[in-house]
Amino acid sequence: MGKVGAVPNRRLASVRGVPATSPPGRRARLSSPGTSHQPSEAREEMRRRLRNLIEGNRVMIFSKTYCPHSTRVKELFSSLGVDYNVLELDRVDDGPRVQDMLTEITNQKTVPNIFVNKVHVGGCDRTFQAHHNGLLQKLLQESSANDYDLIVIGGGSGGLSCAKEAAILGKKVMVLDFVVPSPQGTSWGLGGTCVNVGCIPKKLMHQAALLGQALQDSRKFGWEYNQQVKHNWETMTEAVQNHIGSLNWSYRLSLRENGVAYVNAYGEFVDLHKIKATNKKGQETYFSASKFVIATGERPRYLGIQGDKEYCITSDDLFSLPYCPGKTLVVGASYVALECAGFLAGFGLDVTVMVRSVLLRGFDQEMAEKVGSYMEKHGVKFLRKFVPLMVQQLEKGSPGKLKVLAKSTEGPETIEDVYNTVLLAIGRDSCTRKLGLEKIGVKINEKNGKIPVNDMEQTNVPHIYAIGDVLEGKPELTPVAIKAGKLLARRLFGASLEKCDYINVPTTVFTPLEYGCCGFSEEKAIEVYKKENLEVYHTLFWPLEWTVAGRDNNTCYAKIICNKFDSDRVIGFHILGPNAGEITQGFAAAMKCGLTKQLLDDTIGIHPTCGEVFTTLEITKSSGLDVTQKGC
Amino acid sequence: MAAMAAALRGPGRRFRWRTQALAGGARGAARGAAAGQQDYDLLVIGGGSGGLACAKEAAQLGRKVAVVDYVEPSPQGTRWGLGGTCVNVGCIPKKLMHQTALLGGMIQDAHHYGWEVAQPIRHDWRKMAEAVQNHVKSLNWGHRVQLQDRKVKYFNIKASFINKHTVCGIAKSGKETLLSADHIVIATGGRPRYPTHIEGALEYGITSDDIFWLKESPGKTLVVGASYVALECAGFLTGIKLDTTVMMRSIPLRGFDQQMSSLVMEHMESHGTQFLKGCIPTCIRRLPDGQLQVTWEDRTSGKKDTGIFDTVLWAIGRIPETRNLNLEEVGVNINPENQKIIVDAQEVTSVPNIYAIGDVAEGRPELTPTAIMAGKLLAQRLFGQSSDLMDYNNVPTTVFTPLEYGCVGLSEEEAVARHGQEHIEVYHAYYKPLEFTVAERDASQCYVKMVCLRESPQLVLGLHFLGPNAGEVTQGFALGIKCGASYAQVMRTVGIHPTCSEEVVKLRISKRSGLDPTVTGCG
Repeated sequence: MGKVGAVPNRRLASVRGVPATSPPGRRARLSSPGTSHQPSEAREEMRRRLRNLIEGNRVMIFSKTYCPHSTRVKELFSSLGVDYNVLELDRVDDGPRVQDMLTEITNQKTVPNIFVNKVHVGGCDRTFQAHHNGLLQKLLQESSANDYDLIVIGGGSGGLSCAKEAAILGKKVMVLDFVVPSPQGTSWGLGGTCVNVGCIPKKLMHQAALLGQALQDSRKFGWEYNQQVKHNWETMTEAVQNHIGSLNWSYRLSLRENGVAYVNAYGEFVDLHKIKATNKKGQETYFSASKFVIATGERPRYLGIQGDKEYCITSDDLFSLPYCPGKTLVVGASYVALECAGFLAGFGLDVTVMVRSVLLRGFDQEMAEKVGSYMEKHGVKFLRKFVPLMVQQLEKGSPGKLKVLAKSTEGPETIEDVYNTVLLAIGRDSCTRKLGLEKIGVKINEKNGKIPVNDMEQTNVPHIYAIGDVLEGKPELTPVAIKAGKLLARRLFGASLEKCDYINVPTTVFTPLEYGCCGFSEEKAIEVYKKENLEVYHTLFWPLEWTVAGRDNNTCYAKIICNKFDSDRVIGFHILGPNAGEITQGFAAAMKCGLTKQLLDDTIGIHPTCGEVFTTLEITKSSGLDVTQKGC
Repeated sequence: MAAMAAALRGPGRRFRWRTQALAGGARGAARGAAAGQQDYDLLVIGGGSGGLACAKEAAQLGRKVAVVDYVEPSPQGTRWGLGGTCVNVGCIPKKLMHQTALLGGMIQDAHHYGWEVAQPIRHDWRKMAEAVQNHVKSLNWGHRVQLQDRKVKYFNIKASFINKHTVCGIAKSGKETLLSADHIVIATGGRPRYPTHIEGALEYGITSDDIFWLKESPGKTLVVGASYVALECAGFLTGIKLDTTVMMRSIPLRGFDQQMSSLVMEHMESHGTQFLKGCIPTCIRRLPDGQLQVTWEDRTSGKKDTGIFDTVLWAIGRIPETRNLNLEEVGVNINPENQKIIVDAQEVTSVPNIYAIGDVAEGRPELTPTAIMAGKLLAQRLFGQSSDLMDYNNVPTTVFTPLEYGCVGLSEEEAVARHGQEHIEVYHAYYKPLEFTVAERDASQCYVKMVCLRESPQLVLGLHFLGPNAGEVTQGFALGIKCGASYAQVMRTVGIHPTCSEEVVKLRISKRSGLDPTVTGCG
């Protein structure tokens, strides 16, 4: 008996069925052929159903409500404080057929019929006997040894980092990842949003656009070549996709190297410790684990208007679009919308952004407006306070032609225009509604599908955790998910107590003029601290590289928000300018260490950089002094 | 404001806008000035970054201030306007030419990103130089205007001390001017050193004083030296497709972390800069066609070799501009070894009313922003009731070589020397900037290391970053180090993805562990 359950990975064994050991530790012969009067398909269906129940529950009792033996067994488990699952054969329509199948599987005709940790214990007497001689306890203890110590659902940044860290800590880990193709049919490999349809391709295309700007600049710096410079979308996309392909591959490799099992299948909870994995072919496999991490992330939202899913694309599709999108309407003003609009315009495309209300909601609005006005100045058109009503295909093609009808949010006015491509970037929805969470009682916010967790990333179901973009009220950023995942694994399986710190998380919007920030927006700071308690220092600046290039003066902008009653501590950091991401990172580290205005003043700048502007901030907003730089 | 300050000082100390233009009687007038009443509250000698900052700050505080500035033409005859080294022959033109070279790299990258740029691609030195020089001239003008706005009197004269309160300035025309002040700040900076013992060095060589003002391309260039000036110049010359060779006697970037310095050099070598290591030039001759024949000696083998170049650029160090100030006359002590002025923590020289800031001061980092801050703080201490001293620790800087190198705090060698190998933990990583992937650039030298104390909480002693935009990356972390950041605090900082700077907050591998520090993937 000793060996039963001692082998941690019994996934295959339990599915295929293994030779029975001596009772009461007999293993159920789940798939043994047997005589039956049912048609074979229905029989197999029944067998699968029972198998799921047996494998999916630590304790599974097949019972009848009126059977006193059944009641005794239930009371026994209750007294032991052990959760059990019951199927009352007298309460289901096909009870007799269930009983038939149970007979076939276990050679036991009566109820209760008890399984502990997938092992057939027997009926009431045998169960009590097992309880007395200690076998039941043994089985129950083993029952915590599921197939895996940890199953991570979702192979994105957070999920992978959590899985790898758990594996490094010696745990048996599985990652389930499955990309449901977008309505346009786009799908991708392992690595999640960031790698495939987010940060990575976005930054590369942003870089492509910056290079376009660099080409223009370069002439001012003495470089000479033919004036005719064209951008080739296909060349760029292929290069970007090749890089992504290599990343997908490296993730696979790294999982393998760390001994993490990877299954390309859609995970769905069927029970507290059991998950059903459905692969592309529709084949279902079941896995159990002691702990689960939900890291399924989000996918772009659709408008729910006529023609949106048929004709519009999202960021899921754009980065691998096999043809140049041409004249493009970007719907939305999220950072995704503005970043995409920015690089598309950078390639010389005709780009319009349709904005329902504000730009970059949640970000500092002064900065957001500056981001927008720079884009506008550089060729991006903005349609403010309009929402699309309908998208109609005029012509098929690569790209085709789409007519978009839009309506003002402020009145009856409607407008229509024709675009080659309509890109929706109106927000993202978490992938939590088809995970079987309701089956196991994991609460989600019904409104937005997000999962509330405590400060340990734990859901309301104790052994189920969530990280990354599915979390409620947490920043939707790759590095946050990575950090949270890693720390979670260390807390679960290492001796660490360190929690993920979601305060002062820096980020950067890679719009044509990059916007980096950390800490509070001005609005939020005023809301929390009151205006009179804050001092805002700001300045416009002109990067040295822009001078010779003849690019706009008084465009790049730096601002910090200080709490006057806490030693002028910097609670908000904002920069609009080239390399904002590179600049912001170090300041974020400094904010972690309690950065104050005085320390900024005491720090020596690195000359000539943009970052040094923060060491010489003198003008406060409250002074009302002019921050524009005069010409030479 | 100046008037108000004057009024506050009372009738006994009225200003005398006295800029005496005397030919013969200068000495006599000086005696008068030394007797008590001075022309200015503050006189700054040297209109570079430090001097101007000090002067402007003092003026802002209501004082009567004058700045004297005079650019002695280089041996090749190059001269420039107000603003000092940084603006005219240092940081500004250097970074712009570095940017030119970076743009050349971007043009190469562009086709990987789908931009169809037709060959050939050429670089026009004249066009670049003109654009750079125009920008510099606009800055000269800006400095003039700023002085005027703040009522700082500016004299384009060459100054030397007559006594501790008086200097005599000689204009280009030969006209002498006497200026006296309560406080005098020396901020004359430094100039490139010539190896005058080498035949032909002075006649045929140029320095960083000239390179940015050349009207024509320098052509095939030999850069002598391995200072940051040498490597930066060689870097951008290579970047604009000129045949460039660096001749170095011993180590690259003396004073900087040597592992980083080697990587900087390695990167340059792999990008076309040639290096003649362990060599010293012995003679330069001009050939009939105008090219320069350089003879050098290999110090290890003792063998001599020659090469032909269009330009020879000396970048073997700088010497402070203290020799023509007549310092001994007024008793300002200098270090006889390097001619730098000895100052205390308050920037005071051996003469109590005379101060020195910037590159002329002994033991100070030769950096524009330090000079600026030192100048400002000095003015505030002199006239603003402040007692804040300049903190010369943890000054960040960046070397704008083709792959930029930013650093703050201690080098690994220095940390080991101070604390002992067993008390130091160095975290490091080789990383690949995302932009390099598609561009198929080699990232072998993209490297970051953080030097920490080994004992918890592992205080960060130094940060070294080699990669694109190193200056931008380093600035913020310099603040962190100033705040006393620990390794743990830096690690708790969430990265910004995808950037190069996030590699700093992801440093996990210690040198001691011996693990492979190559970053793979995003995790």
